[in-house]
Amino acid sequence: MVLPVAFFAVFFAYPVAAIVGRGLKVDGAWQLGRIGDVLAQSDIRHVLWFTTWQALASTALTLLIALPGAYVFARFDFPGRHVLRAVVTVPFVLPTVVVGTAFLALVGRGGLLDDLWGVRLDTTVWAILLAHVFFNYAVVVRTVGGLWAQLDPRQEEAARMLGASRLRAWRKVTLPALAPAVAAAALMVFLFTFTSFGVVQILGGPTFSTLEVEIYRQTSEVFDLSTAAVLTIVQFVAVGAILAVHAWTVRRRETALRLVDPAVTARRPRGAGQWSLLAGVLVSVLLLLVLPLAVLVQRSLDSPDFGYYRALTHDDGGTFLVPPIAAIGNSLEYAVAATAIAVVIGGLAAAALTRRDAGRLVRGFDALLMLPLGVSAVTVGFGFLISLDKPPVDLRSSWILVPLAQALVGVPFVVRTMLPVLRAVDGRLREAAAVLGASPWRVWREVDLPLVRRALLIAAGFAFAVSLGEFGATVFIARPDNPTLPVAVARLLSRPGDLNYGQAMALSTILMVVCAVALLVLERLRTDRTGEF
Amino acid sequence: MPPNMLLSLADATVRFGGCPVLDAVDLGVAEHEIVCVLGPSGSGKSTLLRAVAGLQPLDSGRVLLDGRDQTGVPAHKRGVGLMFQDHQLFPQRDVAGNVAFGLRMHGASKGRQKDQVGELLDLVGLPGAARRAVAGLSGGEQQRVALARALAPRPRLLMLDEPLGQLDRSLRERLVVELRELFGALGTTVLAVTHDQGEAFALADRVVVMRDGRIAQSGTPLEVWQRPADEFVARFLGFDNVVSATVAGEAADTPWGKVPVPEDAPQGTRTLLVRPAGVRLLPAEEGLRCTVAARTFRGTHVAVQLQPEGAPRLEAAVALREAPEVGETVGVEFDAAETVVLDG
Repeated sequence: MVLPVAFFAVFFAYPVAAIVGRGLKVDGAWQLGRIGDVLAQSDIRHVLWFTTWQALASTALTLLIALPGAYVFARFDFPGRHVLRAVVTVPFVLPTVVVGTAFLALVGRGGLLDDLWGVRLDTTVWAILLAHVFFNYAVVVRTVGGLWAQLDPRQEEAARMLGASRLRAWRKVTLPALAPAVAAAALMVFLFTFTSFGVVQILGGPTFSTLEVEIYRQTSEVFDLSTAAVLTIVQFVAVGAILAVHAWTVRRRETALRLVDPAVTARRPRGAGQWSLLAGVLVSVLLLLVLPLAVLVQRSLDSPDFGYYRALTHDDGGTFLVPPIAAIGNSLEYAVAATAIAVVIGGLAAAALTRRDAGRLVRGFDALLMLPLGVSAVTVGFGFLISLDKPPVDLRSSWILVPLAQALVGVPFVVRTMLPVLRAVDGRLREAAAVLGASPWRVWREVDLPLVRRALLIAAGFAFAVSLGEFGATVFIARPDNPTLPVAVARLLSRPGDLNYGQAMALSTILMVVCAVALLVLERLRTDRTGEF
Repeated sequence: MPPNMLLSLADATVRFGGCPVLDAVDLGVAEHEIVCVLGPSGSGKSTLLRAVAGLQPLDSGRVLLDGRDQTGVPAHKRGVGLMFQDHQLFPQRDVAGNVAFGLRMHGASKGRQKDQVGELLDLVGLPGAARRAVAGLSGGEQQRVALARALAPRPRLLMLDEPLGQLDRSLRERLVVELRELFGALGTTVLAVTHDQGEAFALADRVVVMRDGRIAQSGTPLEVWQRPADEFVARFLGFDNVVSATVAGEAADTPWGKVPVPEDAPQGTRTLLVRPAGVRLLPAEEGLRCTVAARTFRGTHVAVQLQPEGAPRLEAAVALREAPEVGETVGVEFDAAETVVLDG
């Protein structure tokens, strides 16, 4: 318990507090009036308004498109169902930069739609919304569909036997049972889109800017730290509120529902209606989830003899101090280190949270662990730079800085994955081991560890994928001669020319393949009880 | 408490949310003795075991093993064995891995572990099962593996929580005999808890009946069976012919009329128990007039429920051939030898 708390205090609270302090403290005095000043600016209010409404619109659109998907994956049995379930999860672990690039390749200048029909969406908000749907489809399918598959169909049948029509039975029985899960999923989607950075950075152009993008702009381009600090606080408060509501809905979701084995609720679709629903979902998955990635791959190959890939190995002297291909090695090293840190910290936190004598304080920590998901990664990254560069914590020149920031985002995933499994371990097994002479540490090693090994691997995989794709914080602290893959992609995209564009596509493809492979390996390990995402 | 007790509890108290689950319990178990704690669910018997094992801290009082106070000694250092109600075998280990667990924790060598596992599996009647997965075992086999696992580290005290609770009847009756033989041969000191009196009487040298966290009666199975300490114990043992009575000389005045009692019976206002075997049926016009309300076939006899006019029901144990039909009217008399005047 002590280690996770210390970790979050030093590498999360301290940097964030430092940067807020830097922005709002002048000569040692707090300038809280700045908050009002900043919020009064019309362009800032415009950013706040856009951030909120695009998040609302993205959430609504995601629910609209993904809920039928959740139903289909939960209740229909069709060939390729498991593979497809894995496929729709791939986008969720993809780096935002890759998603942005893929949509650029689909709807941007010179993109597929531009080529075919002369349609460009990259200057409209639609590109951002579609990319958000792409990202969060899996959140809805996993959260809602996971529960839906476990609802006992006989409950609905009982309602129908009592005289309710099919629709009425669904409305009165299934919908109320699903509502908390839908709310939880919607809140997660809202949280992710509210704090969206990479996607908006790439697809938003100069017109559209979320809070997070604006924080980045104020920090690194305008150097207006106090505005950035105010925006950070605003985002922090908003995210805190969202998480509080989310925790509440999750608790409600735990109310006693009669759950059954998901394997027995799925059956073949029957009748034209069900088949066309299935077809519709499949088409939407293909168009929205598969097509952007396919276009990305195709664009990366759009040069003779893998030209873009080969260009990655050359030192072009301008964009980077090293060949772009070196970013792969960097990324993997950082991600492995970040995964190790996240698994240790998250594992310890989850273990502490499962202890039966865990008090209110510890349980409150549960919600706090989710904060790094929502707090501006840009702030964390910049906070690292300004707060960890002098004693007592001087890591400025240490390579560990990047993995530490990435681990911060990985820990919530580790905790979310481990908690349900650890909670499911029967306490009396531990007692049985203790009575046979096992010390508490030995009990953990002999009883808990073997039972949670799978979950631990899954957690590590998630942490790995998330670390690999982390962009907001890394972009600040990765050194120019040691870029990670997402940072390299962003830099390539920011430069003109077909070669740079093609190389960005090629690097994104590599990153996507690494993430997808990591996920597909996980999918083989995964069970439905693990994870709350 | 006699000094030669292996286990003694002195004034042991456990409260859950202010409510005593174990209420000032004093209990001793001598070396090589088999003690069975008998009580309905919620009487605190499992908590008693957990307190001795060190899994449940006492709110007051002490647990002594070999005369040494165990306060502050963690479970893994107490050297007692506990067999859990539903066995709690480690699902990810095979049979040998489960049985060897305690040996491993005590640092036994690989070779010694293997030898001991083999011996123990022979002992519990599962030779050659070492490599089997625990998930594939039947209930009886799991019970044997759990027993072997608990015996392996040679605990000075073996505790069994509802050892045969989930097994079917015939298996239970066979295993209880095996267990008693086994413990006798090994000289194991055993503290078991169960809600099944048949199991307790078959297994134990001494039976301790618990009620609401307190000890209601302690004695040999025969003593407890013959002279239940009070109405609670009598009813828990399955005796329902219990009424208040005024004893004078060799007769008691009860709602059923005059009932003869043994000559040394305590006098005055008492509680009276008549065992079903002591309720004799007569022709309808003699004795206490009753209507037959129900009859239950019990294998060796028929339990007949009799409804006297204006008095509590009576249960009679009747041979099959003599059992009356439901609705018939019969007369009843009582046998002093099957009548007990309770102290309570």
